[in-house]
Amino acid sequence: MALTPPSERIWWRQPIAKIELIWIFVAFTWGVLMFFMMIYWHGAGEQNLSNEAYQIKPKVFAEKAQKMIDEYTVREENGFPVVRPPAGSDVYLIARLWQWWPVLELEKDQSYRLHLSSMDWQHGFSLQPVNINVQVHPGYEIVMTVKPDRAGEYGLICNEFCGIGHHNMVGKIHVVE
Amino acid sequence: MSALFDYRTCPTTGLRVDRNAEKLIKANAVVAVVFLAIGGLFGLLVALTRWPAVHFLPADWFYLALTAHGLDVLLVWIIFFEMAVLYFASAILLNSRLAGPKWAWTGFGLMLVGALITNVAVLQGGSSVMFTSYVPMMAEPHFYLGIILFAVGALIGCGVFFGTLVIAKRDKTYDGSIPLVTFGALTAAIIAVFTIASGAIILIPTLLWSLGLVSHIDPLIYKTIWWAMGHSSQQINVSAHVAVWYAIAAMVFGAKPLSEKVSRTAFLMYILFLQIASAHHMLVEPGFSSEWKIFNTSYAMYLAVVGSMVHGMTVPGSIEAAQRSRGLTKGLFEWLRKAPWANPAFAGMFMSLVFFGFIGGISGVVMGTEQINMIMHNTLYVPGHFHGTVVAGTTLAFMAITYLLVPLIFRRELMMKKLATWQPYVFGIGVAGISVFMMGAGTLGVSRRHWDMTFADAALPFDYPSAAFLMMGLNGIFACMAALGGLMFVVIVVGSVFFGKKLAEDEKPSYPEVPPDSAAVGHYGSSESLRIPGTAFLVGIFFVAFVLYYFVNWKYLSEIWPLS
Repeated sequence: MALTPPSERIWWRQPIAKIELIWIFVAFTWGVLMFFMMIYWHGAGEQNLSNEAYQIKPKVFAEKAQKMIDEYTVREENGFPVVRPPAGSDVYLIARLWQWWPVLELEKDQSYRLHLSSMDWQHGFSLQPVNINVQVHPGYEIVMTVKPDRAGEYGLICNEFCGIGHHNMVGKIHVVE
Repeated sequence: MSALFDYRTCPTTGLRVDRNAEKLIKANAVVAVVFLAIGGLFGLLVALTRWPAVHFLPADWFYLALTAHGLDVLLVWIIFFEMAVLYFASAILLNSRLAGPKWAWTGFGLMLVGALITNVAVLQGGSSVMFTSYVPMMAEPHFYLGIILFAVGALIGCGVFFGTLVIAKRDKTYDGSIPLVTFGALTAAIIAVFTIASGAIILIPTLLWSLGLVSHIDPLIYKTIWWAMGHSSQQINVSAHVAVWYAIAAMVFGAKPLSEKVSRTAFLMYILFLQIASAHHMLVEPGFSSEWKIFNTSYAMYLAVVGSMVHGMTVPGSIEAAQRSRGLTKGLFEWLRKAPWANPAFAGMFMSLVFFGFIGGISGVVMGTEQINMIMHNTLYVPGHFHGTVVAGTTLAFMAITYLLVPLIFRRELMMKKLATWQPYVFGIGVAGISVFMMGAGTLGVSRRHWDMTFADAALPFDYPSAAFLMMGLNGIFACMAALGGLMFVVIVVGSVFFGKKLAEDEKPSYPEVPPDSAAVGHYGSSESLRIPGTAFLVGIFFVAFVLYYFVNWKYLSEIWPLS
């Protein structure tokens, strides 16, 4: 029994049943396959999160974002500037208590270098309904290349708990033809 | 020495039972159940608030209740119960006295005081920082202090466990190697030491930071080391509840492991590889390389997953082998059909096994895939997954073995037997529903730890699809069912422990029924005794489900915006 010492004292010399060996082989092979699937996707897949990241002071990040906002704001929406940066450019998105700032307007099928950083606590970049989720830290900026492939209005919610206003932290990204 | 060793002889097993160990098992188990009740109540409040039609608590109370729920069930209930499991698997199973009972009581006291301090901190309202308490969000100093005291107490408990193993070996209280269940408990204790050390490394500086003595804690370093505690502590649970599965299979069926070598190697895989799963929480963070993520998130090529898949076959396999040797050999499933489904220990254990594998296990591996994590991170998929592992897996298994511990250790007859028969089903199916519907809502993008999925007060509007609201409503209904199952458990166990009929010193408990161990499998691996076609069929179904679900999620991933 599993509750008593093994009845065969030299239990490590006991043969293993065939059915167990088969299952171990299947499980191990499946594990190796899943492992290489991640590596394969880096070559063949189109959805890989960038590893490009820098340490950055919140103030410096905010200044870069402000420069972009000053240059490319096209209109206002509920008090948020709507910024339409040129295709291929660096786009800055500020996470702070409790806003995603500014609202972005991107062109479909164009690539942008999206920079994310937080001014205060941790936040969760959660773009809906595509369901792309990236963690945003204060003091670090992550830089990822995004290529929106469908036009529409995307909601940007915060999915890392950031205090009592967390559930009101909603931003927006417009993707236009 | 004998003067120190006050014992009784168990009428069921003939083992000597150290009264010190027995008292400690009782104390830890009772406190565990009390915190399960408190934490479960907070969980119900959380679920009722997330049910859009009910939306029960105001926002500040919701975040407070969610913090308390995580702490009280994920940490306090489970670790207290694990202490009881450790003392049971060492002193009782090895027929030995417990090392340093005074130390064990000190550890128990520290854990209790720590748990109370942290609970007070949370209830005061200034520490609604969630279980994870990510910096730079700051809790009150005594929030961290309580967790540290709790961890020190648990570390002492592990020390008592190791000491008991040493004493038992020296005094030759058993013959040969330690039992498999004790080996599983040893695995849990070794992982616990790593876990608690990680917790100390990060929470002590964080305490000093909240006192103003340290100026800055890096959020990425905090998160990496915190999860070396947070995720590893879930691996303690896995090791402990797998040991409990083996224990229940042995107690109820007299089942013998198919192969000691295979089962022990599977536990060894846990010790070697489970801890690096801290990386599961770092897959969409800035500043880690893909090489680091892939190696760590896969537990070095999924070797720990192989360990779990092996247990997933050997536990039901040992039951099937024992049942077949008893003559239940018809077809693939007579052994399973005629299993004692009215015995709550078996029913709870078997559901724990199935739900842990199919719901918690598969979703965990899928979510822990480097790229797929992007479409799941911090959505409700995450709590969906871990309610499958920790509640439907660990908690259900611990509930199941409690039905055996009440008569054997508390020496009380179980009350409300009819209710007990239903309890694992009500709780198990409730929790399975919670897991599945939260995973469904997460797939639709619904955020975890979020008070208002309608975003009524947000400056910019956003609407989730209506299916997401349906999912959260169903989640609420199943949460009520699980809460009812939890309440049934608490009533039965607390009632029996305090008011159940006392068993005489030499009286064998009659319920739950435990057959004699004569029916165990004859020889390991010998072809005439080991025929487990039913189990082979079940793991085949599991494997097909695993493969399909894995690739379905790659398909989902391929449909989002191209990213690089």
